[in-house]
Amino acid sequence: MICPVAIRIQTDDFDIAREIAVLTRSRTDIGAVVSFSGICRADEDSANVSALTLEHYPGMAEGEIKRHADEAVSRWPLNGVTVIHRVGRFVPGQNIVLVLTASQHRKAAFEAAEFLMDYLKTSAPFWKKEESATGSGWVEAHARDDEAAARWTKS
Amino acid sequence: MKVKYFAWVRERVGKAEETIEPPATVRTVEELIAWLSGRSEAYAYAFEKPKVIRTAIDHTHVKSDTAIAGAREIAFFPPMTGG
Repeated sequence: MICPVAIRIQTDDFDIAREIAVLTRSRTDIGAVVSFSGICRADEDSANVSALTLEHYPGMAEGEIKRHADEAVSRWPLNGVTVIHRVGRFVPGQNIVLVLTASQHRKAAFEAAEFLMDYLKTSAPFWKKEESATGSGWVEAHARDDEAAARWTKS
Repeated sequence: MKVKYFAWVRERVGKAEETIEPPATVRTVEELIAWLSGRSEAYAYAFEKPKVIRTAIDHTHVKSDTAIAGAREIAFFPPMTGG
């Protein structure tokens, strides 16, 4: 099965429609594409966020995403994976992350997209600093994200 | 070896990266954190809760009891909050 994996970390915005078109171009074997977009939101744990700054560890961030994308490809019958993570400063409403998974049928695409996002949040080296009226501070990791990632661990 | 710091660990240490030469008695990640903590108040503040700190050796997540021998690049950072 042909399964191109594209991973990009960039400051520029992404165009979801364009990315899906690139993933499905000249393919007749894909029956399902799942798209997840993570967007900067104003309300973070009841604080009013005016901006988020995303920092990453160059090299390792790409490597961790690639490692989990490869695992997704080995666990589900996928026909394509695209992960784009933006870095820099964002205001509410702006795109932060995009995960696309393509498969013959929807179940694999849905599950693989969720798996990738769960691991992106807990093991890819990115950090968010938020700005609000009261100042700025680093976002704390949530136990619920660790729990979400842990459910994919094979027993 | 090269050491990198990210997010609030970087802010507290006051630098993004540096080259260090710990003594041979410093064998594990845990021991390296203890050694760094003794360098100045800034390091002590950055590593005040060593259990919270995540470590990567040559771009791979490692546990605190991992040996640092042969490491080219060690990174210290808080739990990740991307996505």
